Amino acid sequence: MKVELEADKCVASGQCVLAAMDVFDQDDDGIAILLEDEPAPELLDDVKEAIAVCPAAAIRLVEQ
Amino acid sequence: MVGASAAGLAAAETLRREGYDGTLTLVGDEPQAPYDRPPLSKQVLAAQWQPARLALRPPADLAALDLDLRLGVAATGLELTERTVRLADGTEVPYDGLIVATGVRPRRLPGAGAHVLRTLDDALVLRDRLGPGVRLVVVGAGFLGAEAAAVAWRLGAKVTLLEPAAVPLAHAVGAEVGALLARAHVERGVDLRCGVTASEVTEDGVRLADGELVESDEVLVAVGSQPNTEWLEGSGLAVGDGVVCDEYCEAARNVYAAGDVARWHNPLFGTSMRIEHRTNAAEQGMAAARNLLRPDTRKPFAPVPYFWSDQYDMKIQAYGYLRGHDEVAVVDGDLAEGRFVAAYRTGGGLSGALAVGMPPRVLRVWRQAIAAGAAWGEAVRTDATVAGA
Ligand SMILES: Cc1cc2nc3c(=O)[nH]c(=O)nc-3n(C[C@H](O)[C@H](O)[C@H](O)COP(=O)(O)OP(=O)(O)OC[C@H]3O[C@@H](n4cnc5c(N)ncnc54)[C@H](O)[C@@H]3O)c2cc1C
Ligand code: SF4
Repeated sequence: MKVELEADKCVASGQCVLAAMDVFDQDDDGIAILLEDEPAPELLDDVKEAIAVCPAAAIRLVEQ
Repeated sequence: MVGASAAGLAAAETLRREGYDGTLTLVGDEPQAPYDRPPLSKQVLAAQWQPARLALRPPADLAALDLDLRLGVAATGLELTERTVRLADGTEVPYDGLIVATGVRPRRLPGAGAHVLRTLDDALVLRDRLGPGVRLVVVGAGFLGAEAAAVAWRLGAKVTLLEPAAVPLAHAVGAEVGALLARAHVERGVDLRCGVTASEVTEDGVRLADGELVESDEVLVAVGSQPNTEWLEGSGLAVGDGVVCDEYCEAARNVYAAGDVARWHNPLFGTSMRIEHRTNAAEQGMAAARNLLRPDTRKPFAPVPYFWSDQYDMKIQAYGYLRGHDEVAVVDGDLAEGRFVAAYRTGGGLSGALAVGMPPRVLRVWRQAIAAGAAWGEAVRTDATVAGA
């Protein structure tokens, strides 16, 4: 599974970092950064949590 | 789930993700698939985004949830003992569990012809009326009114902002931060008029309580909202400025509420609250779904509320429950420069933090302290500048 992030939708809430800090970070303006676009299977639950709590619907998981 | 927006969709996704594979009905009175509201007063009003960008999920992801999706039809009644929801098209939907997520709608003023801003249609209609030289009166300088005023100003409209309070948003963020936000309007030539009460919308503009007419081409009324709970009247559910729930977001056995419509007891702050923030809608929808699905391991919903607002070049972000605070202190940066963190005290505790123009890690520390229930004295150095002093 691959994580996709639409940075121009991101509102800098940081919810994804709280949910999955191994996969997401934020730049100095708060915009989300992907640390890992193909996260290990054990991180997928955290990524799904991040997708659910992102207030901008900016994150997706896609099958490769 | 009744209400097909942020909270209802989050609940539906959570139920599926946690393994529920039975029938899942999502009822919504708007015709569109679930879409996001915050961009309505930002990118949509500014004509930067087309409506398709607002979809909360791509059609394929929505289809994968295998929902019994009833869009464009309102729920009109609830039978708690029969466990059915009545719909406007005459059908009845039986349930074992129910999540109420019907949100809020804008309050209005007497008189016809004013805009409100809650739905996609509202935003598109207003967007098409804005442009250079258009005289817009915005009634209410809360977050929504301020955002709309900022966008309209950028589009070249001549904006008047009417606010009953002496300082906009003072009740929410304190007088000092409110004054800073007010300055952003005034510096750009938006005509901010505080301490005035709008009583009526007329063909020519807005009539004030003292009889004066503020002339305009378009009027946007942004004076707060009221929960969509009429369909629950007579159902036996307790309603009082929202659906009244316990700390688990439960309103009656197997009936939960989430999002803007839900009033619940937040144990972290020890008070009942109803939160109209985008992140709360998703988090509470998820919490309600989990508690409904697994009552034996249910957990109190005790979040640190979060919101953001974009006004001109400022991004405002806040954690906590600022309403009713007793003291504000600037704890980082400089209020006058518009780059700062303000901390809020309620009783003896740290109840909130608001930042403008600060990097995210700074605010994260404050969120942590609020989540931990930090005492004011521990969290804030006593030599911190008191805002405005
Ligand atoms: C213009 C605008 C800008 C915003 N900006 C921000 C922001 O910058 N930051 C922030 O944190 N928050 C913001 N918000 C708030 C945020 O959008 C809301 O908190 C969020 O949408 C709440 O989601 P909800 O699902 O609880 O309710 P809603 O989004 O209100 O959804 C409720 C749904 O239920 C439907 N419904 C109502 N009654 C019935 C019925 N009887 N039967 C069937 N369906 C029904 C409604 O039509 C609606 O589709 C903004 C809101 C608006 C309107
Ligand atoms: S949760 Fe969404 S909006 Fe918030 S920082 Fe992450 S990607 Fe951006």
